[in-house]
Amino acid sequence: MSIKAENLNYIYSQGTAYEQYALKDVSFEITDGEFVGLIGHTGSGKSTLIQHLNGLLRANSGTICYNGENIYADGYNMKALRGKVGLVFQYPEHQLFEVDVFTDVCFGPKNQALPKEEIEERAKDALRAVGLEERFWRQSPFELSGGQKRRVAIAGVLAMQPEVLILDEPTAGLDPKGRDEILEEISELHKKRHMTIILVSHSMEDIARYADRIIVMNHGEKVFDAAPKEVFAHYKELEKIGLAAPQITYIVHGLREHGVPIADDITTVEEAREAILALLGKTDSTKKRSGKKGVSKRAEGKAEQRS
Amino acid sequence: MGIIRASKLIYDYIRRDEDDHIEEVNRAIDNMTVDIRKGDFVAILGHNGSGKSTFAKQINGILLPTEGTVWISEMNTADDSHIWDIRRTAGMVFQNPDNQIIGNIVEEDVGFGPENMGVPTDEIWRRVDESLEAVGMTAYRLKSPNKLSGGQKQRVAIAGVMAMKPECIVLDEPTAMLDPNGRREVIATLHELNEKEGITILLITHYMEEVIDAGRVIVMDDGRIVMDGTPREIFSRVKELKSYRLDVPQVTELAYELRQSGVELPECVLTMDEMMDALLPLMKDRFPEQVRLEGER
Amino acid sequence: MIREITLGQYYPVDSVLHRLDPRTKLFGTLIFIISLFLANSVADYVAATLFLILCIRLSRVPFSFMVRGLRAVIVLLLISVSFNLFLTPGQTIVKVGFLNLTWEGLRMAAFMALRLIYLVIGSSVMTLTTTPNELTDGLEKSLGFLNQIGVPVHEVSMMMSIALRFIPILVEETDKIMKAQMARGADFESGNLIRKAKAMVPLLVPLFISAFRRATDLAMAMEARCYHGGAGRTKMKPLHYARRDRVTYLVYVVYLAIVIVLRA
Repeated sequence: MSIKAENLNYIYSQGTAYEQYALKDVSFEITDGEFVGLIGHTGSGKSTLIQHLNGLLRANSGTICYNGENIYADGYNMKALRGKVGLVFQYPEHQLFEVDVFTDVCFGPKNQALPKEEIEERAKDALRAVGLEERFWRQSPFELSGGQKRRVAIAGVLAMQPEVLILDEPTAGLDPKGRDEILEEISELHKKRHMTIILVSHSMEDIARYADRIIVMNHGEKVFDAAPKEVFAHYKELEKIGLAAPQITYIVHGLREHGVPIADDITTVEEAREAILALLGKTDSTKKRSGKKGVSKRAEGKAEQRS
Repeated sequence: MGIIRASKLIYDYIRRDEDDHIEEVNRAIDNMTVDIRKGDFVAILGHNGSGKSTFAKQINGILLPTEGTVWISEMNTADDSHIWDIRRTAGMVFQNPDNQIIGNIVEEDVGFGPENMGVPTDEIWRRVDESLEAVGMTAYRLKSPNKLSGGQKQRVAIAGVMAMKPECIVLDEPTAMLDPNGRREVIATLHELNEKEGITILLITHYMEEVIDAGRVIVMDDGRIVMDGTPREIFSRVKELKSYRLDVPQVTELAYELRQSGVELPECVLTMDEMMDALLPLMKDRFPEQVRLEGER
Repeated sequence: MIREITLGQYYPVDSVLHRLDPRTKLFGTLIFIISLFLANSVADYVAATLFLILCIRLSRVPFSFMVRGLRAVIVLLLISVSFNLFLTPGQTIVKVGFLNLTWEGLRMAAFMALRLIYLVIGSSVMTLTTTPNELTDGLEKSLGFLNQIGVPVHEVSMMMSIALRFIPILVEETDKIMKAQMARGADFESGNLIRKAKAMVPLLVPLFISAFRRATDLAMAMEARCYHGGAGRTKMKPLHYARRDRVTYLVYVVYLAIVIVLRA
């Protein structure tokens, strides 16, 4: 699986006074099994971008290749593409319409013209994947809580068994526990089913925790495309375009500016905790998970100064 | 005597079938007693379904208590004759910015409340001018609300309430649908109204970062008040908060985790600066050569 | 495409026309429409053109905004023009099969086209210079006499004003839900009429639910801001005629008189 976008341009209201580039010369390639965080302030073009990836919007110029095939080629099966590249919109529960949860989740696979058994199998599988208990399956989706509705809507896309799952702010409006639960389920899909994930989020903390690559959009242009630690190291540039880094990044950089020899690639609470404990010479008695990043190699030597 | 008082408040959502028989009773608020002082900035935290929004709707009489009493400035919300006085005293801002703006032009929307109250025209204009100024939206007064960002729309909604000259404003998750910049805009506006105009603010939210500067934090769970105190008192109880499906800001969490592992940090760290002030001396002890404290730069 | 609807789109600048009482503008639009239907000579159309140009200049709204509304009626325009061109009896210019192009047809078609175009531009001048709220206020006050026979004028105008506010929001929402269902493989284009109608269900159900939710929210928000119907309400922008309105009415009379005099 790979999605390759080359020199995408998308212009709103072309030829009028309101002409505006929503995407400007955007190129990237996303390969199998990646977990990509897509960030940018409101109106930066990130929502426009993801709608290109499953062909809902068509670029004015540039190409998108899915598995090496140009999706703009004549006779390309767009409907099949939408089954492969699943897109979960913001507030996806607003698209629910069926009489019960199960039937609604069946809508996607039904459109793929699969046999009945296969449709139901997929729907069950999807509902289990989002952790919705069976007793809700025959209820009207409109009687569920906000978090449950959100799950049903995500299951509705999962039931098509996409290879890539794109989620536009899947946690908007949920409470903290609900946010964590949804993100954990997405992370499971990534780990256990090796699904490629593209997560659009305003929460740098969430992105830092889950993504292994970040694409930053600003005014329709791609401004960063790198690992989280590299992107967040540019927190001053991020601030200029209306974004920020996770709180932890600020603490780490604050410490470094005062000469503390802490590694500059720390972005999550766990990593920071381990690094600080190591620096202070405390044994980590309640070790939770092994960190991939830790104390800088120069910890005992002279710390390098970064401006 | 506070501006908002509830005593043994109970509220049940009752679902009836077609024959008007009671099918299901959901207790959204369960024996809640609270007293909110005039001029305070109070945040109510709670997960979705904890009863916090139901409580908000009790305050200006959109919902009436099943049992118990709610008073706004000593007026009982169940007393029909005071309903308009109560609504103008306790203004309300809702979650979805689009669904509460009535006017097609910003200034006309702000004037909607005073128009309903029968305020004379000259006075309406004065209030609209003042309210737009107070929320910093004067430059947008002739714009269509549809052209504004989410944060700006919420500020217009706040101005619309301010124009009714309320004593307190209740905001029911005003930032849930906004991006981080919009959230900051709205929260900053609220603090300004609280400090400069002395408006009592009751902010209902589940974003922890928004309540750090509140004067008082009330945590609700299952229709009851389970925690009540200053942000510092509340945020020092990380475990308890998590048990109510809530969270703490990253700095607070890190400090808490470090403390659990034996690092000598203060009981509750709320801001980045506090974290620095607490951590740097410890680091200085370990790396006296390299680490510079403030003032040594 | 849908974002480009100009009808009901106010253009915020300050001009004489913007400052006129909405009733004056409503009445003026009516007069202009009447004049278009009275007009039957070239001189009449010249007068109408001059009047329209005057209005456009006074409004300070860019001309491109005025003509944008024409896109909506282009099909209607083409149909009526071709009907008039070929189906008007008279002196033949060209004859192709049963199609008979006549001088009279040419004249009728031109007048018809102008009438339709001026109608759209004329109403656009009003909607571009009048906020929807002023417009409904104007209607409410002009039609206030209907209250006596039990027509809820205030309620109707409030509903109109709210509808205007929510049209763009619901249009955007339609677009979003449509895309969300397409992402789940829905197909809104192919198939016969029955299939197409069935395909609308996943769009219409969420749309109605959303509209109802918005209506409930809005009703609550209005109540929270002390709305309780038209009784005892004051106005932020009460309508009263100024000198410029009286002058404008005079202009209307003169204009209408000229059109009548110039009739063939």
